Amino acid sequence: MATNTSGASSDFIRNLGRMYGTYTGGFLAFIVLLAIMEMVGVPNKILGYLFVFFTLAVYAIIGVMTRTAEISEYYVAGRRVPAFYNGMATGADWMSAASFVGMAGTLFLLGYDGLAWVLGWTGGYVLVSVLIGPYLRKFGAYTVPDFMAFRFGGNVARMVAVIVLVACSFTYVTAQIFGTGIIASRFLGMQFELAVFAGLVGILLCAMLGGMRAVTWTQIAQYIVLIIAYLTPIIILSTKNYGIPIPELTYGKAIAAITAREQEMLATGLATAAGLKPHTQPFINYSPLNFFGIILCMMVGTASLPHILMRYFTTPSVREARQSVAWSLFFIFLLYFSAPAYAAFSKLEVYTNIIGRDLTAVRPWMFAWGELGLIQVCGKPAASIDAIVAACKAIAGHPGVVRLQDFVINTDVIVLSTPEIAGLPYVISGLVAAGGLAAALSTADGLLLAIANALSHDIYYKMIDPNAATIRRLTVARVLLVIVAVGAAATAATRPSDILAMVGWAFSLAMAGNFPALVMGIWWKRATTKGAIAGMIAGFGLCIFYLVCTRYFPGVGVKYFGMTSLLNATTGLPLVDIKAAMALPNAMESWPTLAHPMANKVGWFNLNNINCGLLGAPLGFLVIYVVSLMDKEPSAEMQAYVDEIRKPRGRTVLEERT
Amino acid sequence: MTRPDSKENQEEHWSKTTRLMFTHLGVWIFFGYVIHMFVVPLNKIVIPILDFPLGFYMAAQGSLIVFVVMLFVFARQQDEIDREHGYAEED
Repeated sequence: MATNTSGASSDFIRNLGRMYGTYTGGFLAFIVLLAIMEMVGVPNKILGYLFVFFTLAVYAIIGVMTRTAEISEYYVAGRRVPAFYNGMATGADWMSAASFVGMAGTLFLLGYDGLAWVLGWTGGYVLVSVLIGPYLRKFGAYTVPDFMAFRFGGNVARMVAVIVLVACSFTYVTAQIFGTGIIASRFLGMQFELAVFAGLVGILLCAMLGGMRAVTWTQIAQYIVLIIAYLTPIIILSTKNYGIPIPELTYGKAIAAITAREQEMLATGLATAAGLKPHTQPFINYSPLNFFGIILCMMVGTASLPHILMRYFTTPSVREARQSVAWSLFFIFLLYFSAPAYAAFSKLEVYTNIIGRDLTAVRPWMFAWGELGLIQVCGKPAASIDAIVAACKAIAGHPGVVRLQDFVINTDVIVLSTPEIAGLPYVISGLVAAGGLAAALSTADGLLLAIANALSHDIYYKMIDPNAATIRRLTVARVLLVIVAVGAAATAATRPSDILAMVGWAFSLAMAGNFPALVMGIWWKRATTKGAIAGMIAGFGLCIFYLVCTRYFPGVGVKYFGMTSLLNATTGLPLVDIKAAMALPNAMESWPTLAHPMANKVGWFNLNNINCGLLGAPLGFLVIYVVSLMDKEPSAEMQAYVDEIRKPRGRTVLEERT
Repeated sequence: MTRPDSKENQEEHWSKTTRLMFTHLGVWIFFGYVIHMFVVPLNKIVIPILDFPLGFYMAAQGSLIVFVVMLFVFARQQDEIDREHGYAEED
């Protein structure tokens, strides 16, 4: 099969620049071709289909071409992905549907407070590079549990690490497949559940045959699509409005205009002081504790998420692993520092061209989204002028112009609708959809691979059958990949709701379960097996308890664990009246829906459950420290291994039989 | 520059590495957290020409730029330490 000789493979690496250059040129030519087709009158729906199927076909072709029958190719792409390209692949691995579609919407709604996510999802790479990533590369693991098992004496540590990995990655991948379904159903008009499984086929085609090797080369292709798709609309918008094609510089003017307009809206009665959240004012959606808590949990979570850490196992050297982290953040930065521009441009459009307008004169771009129920005016979907007028007439004393409190927009719409707001041709909308799909697929690929690798390598090969032949190991890996993927898709099809919260949970779980043991394992030779296992269980246990209890058993939390209502960040008042809620017949209900009055709204110290890592990780550090000191010092041999991990030169500590 | 893999060399390498780690974590804490605690006073300053309030700008772009630059600098500095002590990989 595709077992390359080393000569052919170094040719392959040398030609990467030309290959991906040609690919990028081809993609741009494809966009131009579709733009021409649009001009000659090809219907939008066909253009949308062409976009999605062309890009999916490219990913699938790369996936099939890079199939492999070699263990080290399957698990770590042969450890020869150059720093620059690994950075791009990590960028795609990292940026998910939540970043691509959701982030700008969150910034639109929350203003300054939304920047907690921007900061949290970038700064964590400092920890990856300084504390963990390069050392794991030197160690030579295939998976994160591999490291835990070696450093902390065997299969108990391995098992705990696998449980942490599966818990956080599965939560995360479900959110991604959910996102794929939303995009596919919106742009292709497919049924949501069907769209979920269609997206799944795309993911499997990329990941199944070639493992890490295939995922790496498709993720690079996906990064190129997603970054072009994300930047094109706002670059055009910035050039149109301010004459400079750098939206990151010009949106300051938009923010100034928003601030001025906010004052004007208050003065003219278009907004109430209670309903208006000034865009640049901090801490009105999150209390300072929760704001900085989100930043810390997302940053530390970054450095603990196995699907990110394992990307740095694929570089040719420790030096390149470090450079690769820097490139990763650079490529991620390109999207994240543009997201606030989306939010600002959209908000200015809404504040100036919708709010304050006569009901019969609002801009028609919103009706397409109104039909889907994603934009509401006066409490009803804004499907047409007649619908808006009828809905607002029903409100007593309505002045006949749109007020701020009349207007509700779903956060997912911000990025997807920007091309229409700017009056751009449909081809740009199709491009954005293809970009969103690339973002969701690439992240789902990486996550599924992380889960399936842990199950096939750590559980099957290391624990069940250490003598399994190569073919058998790869077959098991592929079958498990399909099973996990189908399971995740089935979970996603039940619409567990709120992508951002689910992604946040995944980060906190990874932080509480992995971070203390990884850092102590590398930086403190005295950390022992018992200490690490106890610390992982304690930290992860506390985090998952807090999460599950506040979300699914809020009544139990209040009654037995002294939880109280979270507070409104602006007013400081409780979100729910606990006394009244506890008196309701459903107060003690288990596994309630989000509609339950107390679900996600109770906790300790006014701490949002997204931040459960803030409880778990310190406990994990403390337990590892105390239990290790009570335990016997690790063997001289183990301490020598730790020294070995700290020196980039020389062979990897763990040598895998291939 | 290659030095023998003695215990002293190893310890010196590690203490330099540790110092570098704390330096970068210090910068990280400052730009990740400390500076954003002063967002309210910083927002009173408006960046000329671009019109950004400074506190907002730091969270939206400033800190991010620092992180990116910091990582490239860190990769170089750590490599220098490794080379100086003979622990760097062959080029």
